Amino acid sequence: MALLEVRDLSVVFQRRGERPFTAVDGVSFDVEPGQTVGLVGESGCGKSVTSLAIMGLLAKRGVKISGSAKFDGTELLSLSDRQMRDRRGRDLGMVFQDPLSSLNPVVSIGLQVTEVLERHRDMSRKQASVEAAELLEKVGIPDPKRRLSEYPHQLSGGMRQRALIAIALACRPRLLIADEPTTALDVTIQAQILALLADLVRDTETALIMITHDLGVVAGLCDEVNVLYAGRVVERAGRHDLFRVPRHPYTHGLLASIPRLDAPRGERLSPIKGSVSDNIPWTTGCAFAPRCPNALDTCVQVTPAMEPDPVVAGPRLLRCHNPVEPATAAEQEIMS
Amino acid sequence: MTELENPSSPLVEVVDMKVHFPIRRGVVLDKTVGYVYAVDGVDLSIRSGETYGLVGESGCGKSTLGRAMLKLTEPTAGRVVFDGIDLSSMKGEPLRTMRRRMQMVFQDPLSSLDPRQSVESLLVEGMRAHGLDKGKESSAKRLRELLLAVGLPSTSLRKYPHEFSGGQRQRIGIARALSVEPDLIVADEPVSALDVSVQAQVINLLEDLQTEFGLTYLVIAHDLAVVRHISDRVGVMYLGGLVEEADSDQLYREPLHPYTKALMSAVPVPDPLVEDRRERILLAGDLPSPANPPTGCRFHTRCPWRQETRCDTERPALREIDPGHRVACHYAEDIRAGRIRQHAVEAELVREDWDVVPDDASLAGPASVTETLGP
Repeated sequence: MALLEVRDLSVVFQRRGERPFTAVDGVSFDVEPGQTVGLVGESGCGKSVTSLAIMGLLAKRGVKISGSAKFDGTELLSLSDRQMRDRRGRDLGMVFQDPLSSLNPVVSIGLQVTEVLERHRDMSRKQASVEAAELLEKVGIPDPKRRLSEYPHQLSGGMRQRALIAIALACRPRLLIADEPTTALDVTIQAQILALLADLVRDTETALIMITHDLGVVAGLCDEVNVLYAGRVVERAGRHDLFRVPRHPYTHGLLASIPRLDAPRGERLSPIKGSVSDNIPWTTGCAFAPRCPNALDTCVQVTPAMEPDPVVAGPRLLRCHNPVEPATAAEQEIMS
Repeated sequence: MTELENPSSPLVEVVDMKVHFPIRRGVVLDKTVGYVYAVDGVDLSIRSGETYGLVGESGCGKSTLGRAMLKLTEPTAGRVVFDGIDLSSMKGEPLRTMRRRMQMVFQDPLSSLDPRQSVESLLVEGMRAHGLDKGKESSAKRLRELLLAVGLPSTSLRKYPHEFSGGQRQRIGIARALSVEPDLIVADEPVSALDVSVQAQVINLLEDLQTEFGLTYLVIAHDLAVVRHISDRVGVMYLGGLVEEADSDQLYREPLHPYTKALMSAVPVPDPLVEDRRERILLAGDLPSPANPPTGCRFHTRCPWRQETRCDTERPALREIDPGHRVACHYAEDIRAGRIRQHAVEAELVREDWDVVPDDASLAGPASVTETLGP
């Protein structure tokens, strides 16, 4: 059994006087212990809302969550606030994008780490502060004992993100959700943080859900990748399969539109036409159809289902009526 | 993008540019307690018709350099020569007239467009200010041309910025820059606020416009992949100084400065095969504060190739190693020939607050929760 089983998860935001908005629309995926699963997509695709729903961090009012998210057999979505609080921090850790706004600005770093240890691991203050210094050292913060008494504003962006990771790891969670953990950081710092996360997953068998818009980050880190578009997973495959032969026109288009550092200069990018807001509802057809170069008439009439790839071997699921031919996908890969 | 037969004359030349921002303390006395050395001695020249990419991490001074070139920020020292005319002593009306020829495209299109102005008014404003608005008919024709050039529907004129998507807003920003027929466009992070699929549209648009109107670009960005894709030549900045400058392909093939090497190796490539094979040069620690830059080579505190001599005492000058390839490193040749090996670097503490004199009292935290939160 998987560590986390998400089945048919939907999140609908309802505001009075406005039409309900479906941010996440029937998302299903599994996370095994020690596995890194990527959720990739552009802004508004529902990747962050998915993680917030799993962690029980969405507001109660105006939000309708349906489906199921089972962690180690326990249904997370039906837990009470108190039960969820026990889980969060102990079994489930989360790292957010902006470390400055996720750390409490008026509480010292040390206290923010020891708080978790005292709450979930029943440590005395003394024990906790020794453990906290070790944690900070483990995530690569120099001079950890002194850092404990400092405040978030005194740390640099990269150090803050490390502190946040230290807090998330304080109770050795079995599942860590990282929501764009490196987006606010510079590339050299990003490389440090990604290396840190990769080491942690390897050394501690922690399962990691990596939420990002950056396909480069995914390529280096994730075992399995879910590509989201307008609230639904449109393609799922292992990272090697996905990048070698992207089958969904959206995945293919994303890869073709990124300038690559190792690509020869002067080659034109092939962007996806339109913008993320040019969607049709999933109920009438494929949401990506208006922007899709492969769109057929059926695409705007029949909603495609998530099915195993009929052509390319391997454990791949695809939501598309007219996927990109593997030949052209591979050819373009070689050409680029 | 446009391959030039022979290197044409420089359109812009920056000579020993310095921008130092004073750090002030105190309400009454308003003492200057130090300076942030945002740009500290940069020489570069941009040839007519080329795209010069300026890349670096946040706080390296790349945006300040771009702004100082257009005199949007007053440089502390140094000269900017635009098409043979020295801008440093220029002010008032002559400078304003001069600005027609150098325009800027900003990162965030929503905050750089007045939300209460229609697209038409946004585009006409610059033309009017520079006397290019000659009669209703010719203006209307010009506006249609502009919208066509940047790929916006002609119905956009009566709309307001909030009615557009991010990519379209950036197109409006570009059209506004184009409206006064400039020679140079400084684009500061033109695509970093956009979604990946839309980024490519704007990059392609910038390339097309360059070919169509013979523009010269200075593209400032933190994304090395974007800069490499769009630029003919690339300059890499670190802590207020240019550390390396080369032809875009050359720089990718053979980065010589240790910082460039590290930066290159840190950029993720969307290809698992490449990612698995790559050797990363992980830099220790963070960017030091530009208010208190390291002595000697600015990079020596984090450099895996740092040597015992010269690095921490003598600031390396930007020198030409190969034709068109300039590097600011004492040991660039030795590193290239493999005579110097990488070694481990201990991360140094970098303080985020720019205290010139570290105040030890501020390091003491509260003893308990109650002390923090009050009784």
